[in-house]
Amino acid sequence: MADKISNKQVFFNPFSKDNPVIVQVLGICSCLAVTAKLEPALVMGISVIAVLAFSNVIISLIRNTIPTNIRIIVQLVVVAALVIVVNQLLLAYAYDVSKQLSVFIGLIITNCILMGRLEAFAMGNKPWPSFLDGVGNGIGYAIILIIVGFFRELLGSGTLMNVQVIPPSLYEQGYVNNGLMILPPMALIVVACIIWVHRAYNKDLQEK
Amino acid sequence: MKALKKLMDKARPSFEEGGKLHAFRSVFDGFDTFLFTPNETSQSGVHIHDAMDSKRTMIIVVVSLIPCLLFGMYNAGYQHWLAAGAETFPFWQLLLYGFLAIIPRIVVSYVVGLGIEFTVAQWRREEIQEGFLVTGILIPMICPIETPLWMIAVATAFSVIFVKEVFGGTGYNIFNVALVTRAFLFFAYPAQMSGDKVFVASDHMFGVGSRVDGLTCATPLGQLATSGATDATQAAASMTDIAGDPISLWDMFLGLIPGSFGETSTLCILIGGLLLLLTGIASWRIILSVFAGGAVMSLIAHWCATPTYPASFLTVGEQLCLGGFAFAAVFMAPDPVTSCRTNTGKYIYGFLVGVVAIIIRTYNNGYPEGAMLAVLLMNAFAPLIDYCVVEANVRRRLARGKAARQASPSK
Repeated sequence: MADKISNKQVFFNPFSKDNPVIVQVLGICSCLAVTAKLEPALVMGISVIAVLAFSNVIISLIRNTIPTNIRIIVQLVVVAALVIVVNQLLLAYAYDVSKQLSVFIGLIITNCILMGRLEAFAMGNKPWPSFLDGVGNGIGYAIILIIVGFFRELLGSGTLMNVQVIPPSLYEQGYVNNGLMILPPMALIVVACIIWVHRAYNKDLQEK
Repeated sequence: MKALKKLMDKARPSFEEGGKLHAFRSVFDGFDTFLFTPNETSQSGVHIHDAMDSKRTMIIVVVSLIPCLLFGMYNAGYQHWLAAGAETFPFWQLLLYGFLAIIPRIVVSYVVGLGIEFTVAQWRREEIQEGFLVTGILIPMICPIETPLWMIAVATAFSVIFVKEVFGGTGYNIFNVALVTRAFLFFAYPAQMSGDKVFVASDHMFGVGSRVDGLTCATPLGQLATSGATDATQAAASMTDIAGDPISLWDMFLGLIPGSFGETSTLCILIGGLLLLLTGIASWRIILSVFAGGAVMSLIAHWCATPTYPASFLTVGEQLCLGGFAFAAVFMAPDPVTSCRTNTGKYIYGFLVGVVAIIIRTYNNGYPEGAMLAVLLMNAFAPLIDYCVVEANVRRRLARGKAARQASPSK
């Protein structure tokens, strides 16, 4: 980034104007995989916020000592170490959810958002802005995950956070959960709807 | 007719820019051009106008669907009476029963689909496109008779918005809208769209018919897929109608079998197909090659039949008559928007639709009605096929030009 932007912008831009999922279209893969229910989506969002914030800080601290040729490897090592810590914490304190998330916590290592932020921001900025950037982007990612998870769980299972919210009387009248919402393709369509609404309100993001 | 014309002309000013009913301009426009040939002339360039505009095309497709629709009504009643254990089948009552069963579904599909279409047209300040005229009648015809109305509404809304309008409306869609509706229903509500409880109406319709409890009857292909038949005789015996009698090839051709509303009768589909071919609306290349592809694949499947896949015991005739195959071949595959444009491409596209339909049906016991998925799959490939055909043509002509230049080097 050529011109200097304030810490506030660094933190708040990823929420909407520069959202990693719906504007930069990164991290779509995990967005499909973990959003069938709201709870895993929430845990995944928090995990990514934590990993992204701390890896940004660590890389930012050592950015001047990393040889350019092997910087990707160094970044991967840092992210992988943090992911293992998060994974162990989940196994210890939220075993059921970590079972549902299965391989996707491990796959945070290959999440495009992480590599993107490390390369684009942490390699060229001080630790404090990097921390804000990591938290901001993590939250931007988590927001989308939660919205998608909300609609998929509500329409696909009739529950939210595993609590039945669609009243049983509706089922007696013939309402049926939408099985397609559980399947990954619907996550793409829900993300597409979010992008649609978002672009409708942000005219400057619309492609010509 | 004169009075109608006068009424329309009188009403026109209030719909034009500045009029008080301007918000409904596209609706008025749609009705106006639906009833009368528009008297506008083109503003630029040279155009050739044909009376055969897309509204007339759509109407002919709807007319060609009428045999299937009428037969579907009769069959819905017939299956219901058969399920109730009746001895006599009063023709008009059967027809009335089917009529009462299908009318709400047609109304829901049209109201939802056209509602969205009108709204979008008004919103974008465009003319109303008439594509939904056919889609709206196709949707109830390819669904089981027991599909709840709200499901039809949800699925229709989904596919009109996400398959048609987001791509730019009629003529720009990649996939067949009616088939996506069916696919949406199939994947979203599998219990209501397949299995053995939905293909025969079990309740009375507005007082006609009677209530039948504990009714189960799958489609012949559905029965076969779960039968575990180990040879051809067992396979043939596993397909029964609702009273338990085996189904002959003639029954399959005539269509007095359980199945989705409009697609059981191969005979009526062929009558409709003939009308489409005579008026030149459907491409004979596609229809022919779908049947050819289906026949070839059925032969191969029949030739190496295994008990693992009971549907592979079916003969060619049975494969082509059962399920939605004929309906897909005549009314779905030749859809001019979603199929191939080039003539060579049409042969390839149609052939592959036939082959894939039989492959899915035979080798995946979970999806006995594979024709729908086959057409959707080939819809996705149609532009690629066209591209390859055009590129091959370009290359061939380039090579020919090069050869001609080498043959006469004097210039």
